[in-house]
Amino acid sequence: MTDHGAASSRPISHNRAVWQQFRSHKGALFGLVILGLLTLAVLIGPLIWVPDKLTVAEAIKLKNQGPSLRFPLGTDQLGRDMLSRMMLAGRISLAVGFVAMIIAIVFGTFIGVIAGYYRKLDGPLMRLTDMFLALPLVPLLLVLVVLFRDRVAGLLGPELGAFLLIVFAIGITSWMQAARIVRGEVLTLKEREYVLAARSIGTAPRRIIWRHILPNVISPVMVAATLGVAEAIITESVLSFLGLGFPPDFPTWGRLLFDALSYMQVYPERVIWPGLAISLTVLSVNFIGDGLRDALDPRIRGR
Amino acid sequence: MLTFTLRRLLLAIPTLLVISLVIFLLVDLAPGSPMSEIPLTVPPDVRQRMIEALGADQPVFFRYFLWLRQFFWVEPATLFDSWFGTSLAGDEQRILSWQSRSPVFTIIGQRIPQTLTVIGTAYLVAVLIALPIGIYSAYRQYSFFDQAGTLFAMIGFSVPTFFSGTLFIIIFAVWLGWFPTKYDTQLSVTDWPSFLERVRQMVLPVMTLALANAAAISRYMRSSMLDNMGMDYVRTARAKGMPEKTVILKHVLRNSLIPVVTVIALGIPSIFGGAIITENLFGVNGIGAALIGAIHANDIPMVQTLAFIFAILIVLFNLIADVLYGLLDPRIRYD
Amino acid sequence: MKLKTTLLGATCALAMASAAYAERGADGEVKLTFPQAVSIMNPYLSGGTKDIWASSMVLEPMAGVDPEGNLVTKLATEIPTLENGGISADMTSITWKLQPGLLWSDGSPITADDAVFTAAYCMDPAGGCAQATKFEGVASVEAVDPSTVKVTFTGPKPNPYTAFVGSLSPLLQKAQFADCLGAAAPTCTDANNMPIGAGPFMVTGFTVNDTVSMAANPNYRDPAKPAFATAVIKGGGDAEGSARAVMETGEFDYAWNTQIPPDSQASMSADGKGQFVVAFGTLVERIEMNTTDPSADLPEGERATAKHPHPILSDIKVRTALSKAIDRSILVEVGYGEGGKPTCNVIPGPAAWASDNEGCIAQDLEGAKVLLDEAGWKDTDGDGIRDKDGKKLSILYQTTVNPIRQDFQALIKDWWGEIGVETELKAIDPGVFFGGDPGSPDTFQKFYADVEMYANNSDSPDPEVYLGQYQCKNAPRPETQWQGENINRFCDPAYDALIAELSTATDVPKRQEIAKKLNDMVTKDSMTVIPLVHRGTLSAHSNALGGVMINAWDSELWNVADWFRVK
Repeated sequence: MTDHGAASSRPISHNRAVWQQFRSHKGALFGLVILGLLTLAVLIGPLIWVPDKLTVAEAIKLKNQGPSLRFPLGTDQLGRDMLSRMMLAGRISLAVGFVAMIIAIVFGTFIGVIAGYYRKLDGPLMRLTDMFLALPLVPLLLVLVVLFRDRVAGLLGPELGAFLLIVFAIGITSWMQAARIVRGEVLTLKEREYVLAARSIGTAPRRIIWRHILPNVISPVMVAATLGVAEAIITESVLSFLGLGFPPDFPTWGRLLFDALSYMQVYPERVIWPGLAISLTVLSVNFIGDGLRDALDPRIRGR
Repeated sequence: MLTFTLRRLLLAIPTLLVISLVIFLLVDLAPGSPMSEIPLTVPPDVRQRMIEALGADQPVFFRYFLWLRQFFWVEPATLFDSWFGTSLAGDEQRILSWQSRSPVFTIIGQRIPQTLTVIGTAYLVAVLIALPIGIYSAYRQYSFFDQAGTLFAMIGFSVPTFFSGTLFIIIFAVWLGWFPTKYDTQLSVTDWPSFLERVRQMVLPVMTLALANAAAISRYMRSSMLDNMGMDYVRTARAKGMPEKTVILKHVLRNSLIPVVTVIALGIPSIFGGAIITENLFGVNGIGAALIGAIHANDIPMVQTLAFIFAILIVLFNLIADVLYGLLDPRIRYD
Repeated sequence: MKLKTTLLGATCALAMASAAYAERGADGEVKLTFPQAVSIMNPYLSGGTKDIWASSMVLEPMAGVDPEGNLVTKLATEIPTLENGGISADMTSITWKLQPGLLWSDGSPITADDAVFTAAYCMDPAGGCAQATKFEGVASVEAVDPSTVKVTFTGPKPNPYTAFVGSLSPLLQKAQFADCLGAAAPTCTDANNMPIGAGPFMVTGFTVNDTVSMAANPNYRDPAKPAFATAVIKGGGDAEGSARAVMETGEFDYAWNTQIPPDSQASMSADGKGQFVVAFGTLVERIEMNTTDPSADLPEGERATAKHPHPILSDIKVRTALSKAIDRSILVEVGYGEGGKPTCNVIPGPAAWASDNEGCIAQDLEGAKVLLDEAGWKDTDGDGIRDKDGKKLSILYQTTVNPIRQDFQALIKDWWGEIGVETELKAIDPGVFFGGDPGSPDTFQKFYADVEMYANNSDSPDPEVYLGQYQCKNAPRPETQWQGENINRFCDPAYDALIAELSTATDVPKRQEIAKKLNDMVTKDSMTVIPLVHRGTLSAHSNALGGVMINAWDSELWNVADWFRVK
């Protein structure tokens, strides 16, 4: 995986080559830009756009309004400004989506690689995967929440505690897909000539995994990761629906989407905004994933 | 391969037993009680007697072994009796749901046809749509079709089914009035008009589910095809002057199908437990809806039985996927 | 002569055309939809409202209750009273007479033995009968003759209309349920799902948690009813879906429990295909105050028990201030629309039983602030939250996961913020909240929070049992495995004494007076329960369905025999 660029006249670094390939993928650039804008919006937006703090009586008079100069995205049934709610919700949703996905991918890849490479561990690990798949999600989450919520909240405060718990809960219930995909790839890769060659010269297994197997597993992992982000955001909304999510005064995109469903016929835009936000996030992450996959594949690069 | 299969099958039995125990303990540990749906007007002492009548206050392991016995002996015996008119099961109590006091397997029997027709069809449709889209997207990478296909896939798995389903209902059932909003489970297909009516009812739930499933499968197909299109043997085949169609559809496709087939095989258990939201939204009384309803009502016998059947399916299809993988890809060696 | 008769007959027919003058079965099928599917058709084995409403189409009691709260006869010839001798002078027994010639849907005659059997069925200790309270205090039920049933109580019972009254206590056929007594009750699946009854319909098909198919009962006591030949109850989906199926697509005639936001109600009504109907019973959404300390610093077993009074909420000024800060009219406007009314009473109806108590409806933020100042809670450090002796005025407010309740939480949190109270919100899965699992910290009985919000109601127009919940002995605590209905741990000897007086009072106006006093004791006198909204049951029916009279005191489908198709 070292300098394939050695063949061309001017040696460019590996990272540079990857970036160049990535840049040429229009979709990936588009995705990067959109994701960047969204992240910027949710991080900085609430600091810039600060709606007036209204009393309940005043806010109620403004309820269910359409878009206007004062409320670019309108107000909800309690008179709250939808734009600021969307931005605040975005912070939590994006954070949950990414952190949960990372946990799931890391854990899943780890299990998948070990299972694929070490034949002896393959059986038990795959049965473990089966067991996690068979466990009904809701009781599992309920038990986790009951066992750990108060302890974690005591240590870190209610919001951070809830965040960690949810992210952990989503992470440990979505790693199975990644593990299976990775294991499948590793099983194939294990028989490739360069791996056999490496083995024959006595390379330690850990080195083989790190240098040869892992980089080639990136491709399916990317696909799984991008699917994982969307799934994490949506799972979080389902969790909120079941009362296992954040406390009610912490909006997330999934929650806003779910709350808006009962108003869908009368105020459809309230469903569209969070739905659009989730879709754009997934779209950009997916395009980035595509671009990364192409960029990291040495066979496509330099073509 | 045969020894591998046999070994896996044998290993499956203790695995499943462990899984069944873990599920049982988990569901038991989870907070909630079968009395939560009973109105508050029922006083505590009556609730206590109701719990006792259900057998819900027995110790955990007692209930577990009772369930094991019922699942592995009483239920098969009852089935045998109903087929052959024997009376092996006698008067023994079957697994009863706490919500409805009906035997769990009767409920499953009532629901399997719906699950298979609606959810199964949706999955089939999804696969049939996804494969061509994935293949053509990979073949014409970065073309308009690819971008459109990518967009389609994006919409498919970024939009949650409760959103897309409700949207379809509002557009097609309420505004346009083309399809009904609720699935009529009592409709019996006896002639052509009733068959058409059945199809009409299936369109919206199948559309909702197929969209979500097709998106994921098409992405995997495309990714796998792209991986293989860059291979040397493809270049060789083209250099040999083979028609493009043969190269793609005969060589690349076959090799690309390997991971995709395993993904499809692994998705089949989700037909039974995964389409919960869709089933709920459209009123399709399938197994998924039964499971989630049972979980909410803390109906432990039903949750346990359904989750266990689900576990059997997962273990089984995992084995099938692995065997298929081994059969299709000569590079894989299990022994 | 013939012409005259014919003309008279025709005029009669025309005049009654809009009434239920149809032949039995002339109007085809009536389709109902419930957001939760029916699990079982036996109300004695299920406490779920959907199951009870569904079975009320098939099974009938001696007498029911009409929308005004008055008793109406069903299978009985008349309502037994002291005057007509139906109730014995010492009020220890009540005698019901069956109408002559009544038949079960399978053609066999209904006799007093069936009533005796039904009582034995529900009173069997191993049966786990969900409606056991209906037979509480019953010493014996005997068949004086084949059409007379005498129910004898253990002592004088001022309200003897419990057994066999209402959809919660219908008659079962002895022959069908004979083998289902006690522990065998859940095993009789066919009987439980397709019971033979005396009601207007009989069950022809049943798929669990999905659909109930029914046909008109050929042996129903009124030969001209029901107007519909078949009926279907389809369950599942959500309130919006059910409402939509009636109000917009017209696929169904009746949707039960369509609790949707007021704006959606308005937009669906505007379509003109159907209408919403509301019935107000005793369902009150309220905030319960915890009079004990739920702090996590206390050891398990002492937390939220009478051993430690609440550090903040023990002061009535604080409780009153919290109530004053809430604008109930806005709550109704946001959450329930036509389906709710602001209220200050735990017993908001029937009118004769409701106390004249309107003082809390108007919001009074300034008054609340003054009260808190008086109570010693002042904002000394300028952070907007009041404090006293180094302790912040902070409240943990919990309820179930429900969009309307979450909206209420948001509004109330803001109001309390305006008077300087900091609020932390918590939403719990209803299965856990109402589950009563002693091991879970989130049940409403454990009350590991400062205030909690949910809705409760009385089973019958006479609220003796309901008000009895607030007696000292009913407080949930470790000794009772955290079971008990006195959630607030309210303990007032005067209250208990009044309850004892109520249980022996036989004069109805006196009972009403005591009930009003008890209501005031927990609401405006002690501010232990903060009622918010008097909620009605909201259902929808298509304009093509006539005869619907929604009823909060009995099954909503109490008069399904009188329904007809509007032409």
